[in-house]
Amino acid sequence: MDFLFYMGDVFTPINFGLLLLGTIGGLILGATPGLSPTMAVALLIPFTFQLEPQQGLILLGAAYTSTVAGGAVSAILLKIPGAPANIATTLDGHTMATKGEGAKALQLSFLASAVGGLFGVFLLIFLTPVLAQWALAFGPSHLFWLAILGVTVIGTLDSSSVVKGLLSGCIGLWLATIGFDDIMGAQRFIFHPSVSGGINVIPALIGLFAIPQVITMFTKGRSSDDAEVISVKKHPIRLAFLEVFKRKAALTIGTLTGSIIGLIPGVGGQIAGLVAYDQSKKFSKESEKFGTGHSEGVIAAESANNAMVGPSLVPLLTLSIPGSPTAAVLLGGLLIHGIFPGPDLFMNYPQVAWTFIDSMLIGQILMCIFGLYIAGLAASVARIPHAVMAAIVLGLAVFGSYSVQNSMGDVYVMATLGLGMYFLERFGFSAAPLVLGLILGPIAEANFIQGSMIANATVGIGSYFFTGWLNWLLIVIVLASISYSVWMEVAQRRYTTKDDAVAKEEALS
Amino acid sequence: MKKWIAGAAIALAAMAGTAHADGHESYPERPIMMMVSYGAGGATDFQARIVTMTAGNEDALGMPIAIVNRPGAGGRVGWNWFATEAEADGYTLGAYNIPHFVAQSIEGGVEYSTESFEPIANWGADPAVFVVGADSEFNSMEDVVNYAKENPGGLTFSGAGLFVGHHIAALQLEKAAGVKLAYIPNNQGGAGAMRAVIAGEVLGGVNNLSDAFRAQEAGNVKILGVFDVARNEEFLPDVPTMMEQGYDIDNASVNFRGVMVPKGTPQPIIDKLAEIVPTMFENGRVQSRMAAGGSPMAIMTRDEVLEMWAARQETLEELLAGL
Repeated sequence: MDFLFYMGDVFTPINFGLLLLGTIGGLILGATPGLSPTMAVALLIPFTFQLEPQQGLILLGAAYTSTVAGGAVSAILLKIPGAPANIATTLDGHTMATKGEGAKALQLSFLASAVGGLFGVFLLIFLTPVLAQWALAFGPSHLFWLAILGVTVIGTLDSSSVVKGLLSGCIGLWLATIGFDDIMGAQRFIFHPSVSGGINVIPALIGLFAIPQVITMFTKGRSSDDAEVISVKKHPIRLAFLEVFKRKAALTIGTLTGSIIGLIPGVGGQIAGLVAYDQSKKFSKESEKFGTGHSEGVIAAESANNAMVGPSLVPLLTLSIPGSPTAAVLLGGLLIHGIFPGPDLFMNYPQVAWTFIDSMLIGQILMCIFGLYIAGLAASVARIPHAVMAAIVLGLAVFGSYSVQNSMGDVYVMATLGLGMYFLERFGFSAAPLVLGLILGPIAEANFIQGSMIANATVGIGSYFFTGWLNWLLIVIVLASISYSVWMEVAQRRYTTKDDAVAKEEALS
Repeated sequence: MKKWIAGAAIALAAMAGTAHADGHESYPERPIMMMVSYGAGGATDFQARIVTMTAGNEDALGMPIAIVNRPGAGGRVGWNWFATEAEADGYTLGAYNIPHFVAQSIEGGVEYSTESFEPIANWGADPAVFVVGADSEFNSMEDVVNYAKENPGGLTFSGAGLFVGHHIAALQLEKAAGVKLAYIPNNQGGAGAMRAVIAGEVLGGVNNLSDAFRAQEAGNVKILGVFDVARNEEFLPDVPTMMEQGYDIDNASVNFRGVMVPKGTPQPIIDKLAEIVPTMFENGRVQSRMAAGGSPMAIMTRDEVLEMWAARQETLEELLAGL
């Protein structure tokens, strides 16, 4: 119960002020497309030079928590995920927003984030020693199977047919091979200097999601001068509370999946939201409603990506190994104050460590309060005329892509992918599977190569990838996931008929 | 009116000053950018931020240095940009990592070599060390080499990637001990390679002294040897060098970090930077922050760095010739 003992430290005027600053700043940074949690934390580190270690960490912890949740704002209102973690949120969240339920979607997402986030931090508080061992259990072979599991999700994710989903996934996998490969350093498909470093996920994400939106908005603005104003329905917060807790299945699946995946070093938050979305879709009684603005989709995705925040710090705080890019940046922030994370962190620096964790707990609650306030403002976004909105989004897209690596090359990549995606969407392909392919490709490839190098030096590939309970557990889940997709395809025959295509076209425009 | 004319005259003079290529006395007149070819939060980025934090002081450059990250492909993206596109006007500095960029230029496929850059000063030297899990049966490099002799090609050990310091150290060990080893490059850099050792996925690993020191303090690994010409008295006084354990291995794999500018930067600016930048590294606040972060420092002047670059070029060409 040490964490209660140090709770008071969070509420000293200066600490609490920093916590507020981190939370509000984090929400704003998170809502800006292209500013991922990793970047937000990295931007704040120089400011912590001047602060006490405890205060610096409060700022960083609060910013980490709220940027992850803030990404949902642009995902829902603009269909631009703030970070890979928010991709799944666009699927139902943005559909809700186009139906005028933007305020409701935002309220649900912040409430679900807070529930998931609190659960994740409590896991960090109570189960850290146990979880640290679990985080180490995932070697190259397990990460490979996990990535394959992600690939099996691709087909059923938000496309008009399984085949088209798989095709866009393949395009993503191919895009992932561009650049120097991670392990051997071989150059692949570098046909232009812009892609010599590979396709960075953030500009790709912005391009694939935002540019088709922008083009659609522009075309629409021309056809009708008085672009119809979507009326945003007011949605009382009380009803949002009821809704979140009524959807227990989605909330539980999202929270648990997020916590477990958050623990696994190197995979982390990027796919937590998508896997949780897919799982709750498969378990839901109303699975056919997913993708049409269903509240369960938003709840599962957002509870998962915030639940991953706490567990993702377990390997860092106990083993001094950063499990995610954000954790690596936080490690830099700790070291700069002379604090070495490790098993004795909580013995040597209890005040710093516990206050940091407490600030994440309080940060989740503050994030939820401010988030609900922002949700009330969602109406004003929808009142902006399409042409103006399109210009704003385009500006943000260029700014966001450029700022990731200060490179114009990323802006070209963003624009090219976006333009291509606009046409692919006309044919019933969608962006989410493509991005998933782009994220999973390197994980699957690098771990396969590493695994087979180890296997060749020791036991051989067959027994390396196919022995051990964890490998088999993952293989069984992969097989189950594939059979489910096949069964769904056969049972529902989800071919795109001409009518479907027309309906989709109308929904898009 | 007089004041106005005087003001205009000063402004004109200032403009003429910036336009004139010869007069570099007033350099720097605006903030300077420093490119780091690794991501924010990594060891190079983290150290670059610390050693440049006093640049704005009156006794230093008088202008702040802003860090800009251009990560990708093990540093190749950033250095390619620095060699081909960065402006050689003294307002664009870069951080170098030796032996990484030299080894990459020998391997080929990049647009830079030691000829593309002008070193300014060196701030850090992070030697590679050999680590094994805390419960490993190996207690010395001799145990490791004996195992490798009994199982040729069967000793798996991790490192941060190909053509980086860890890989060079691995090649040197293979050559000096006359054994075949299975070097497993990790796609997540030094942190990923360390994780593989702690989790027992590999039997050992080459890693940075600073990271290995922390992991040993945490009770996760044992450090068996240092790939350097002398022991590290500050952090690891009890760990013998490879040379002491009978393997002829020098400091070719030590990760040197420092500041450079693109070729073509005006000589007066290079001279001024070469004079001031090392004094920035000697600043007490910088030193204490670096020590707190477990980052060993090695301050070298421009002439010493030029010599070191040339020496590395020679050793690495020889070592990588067999690949």
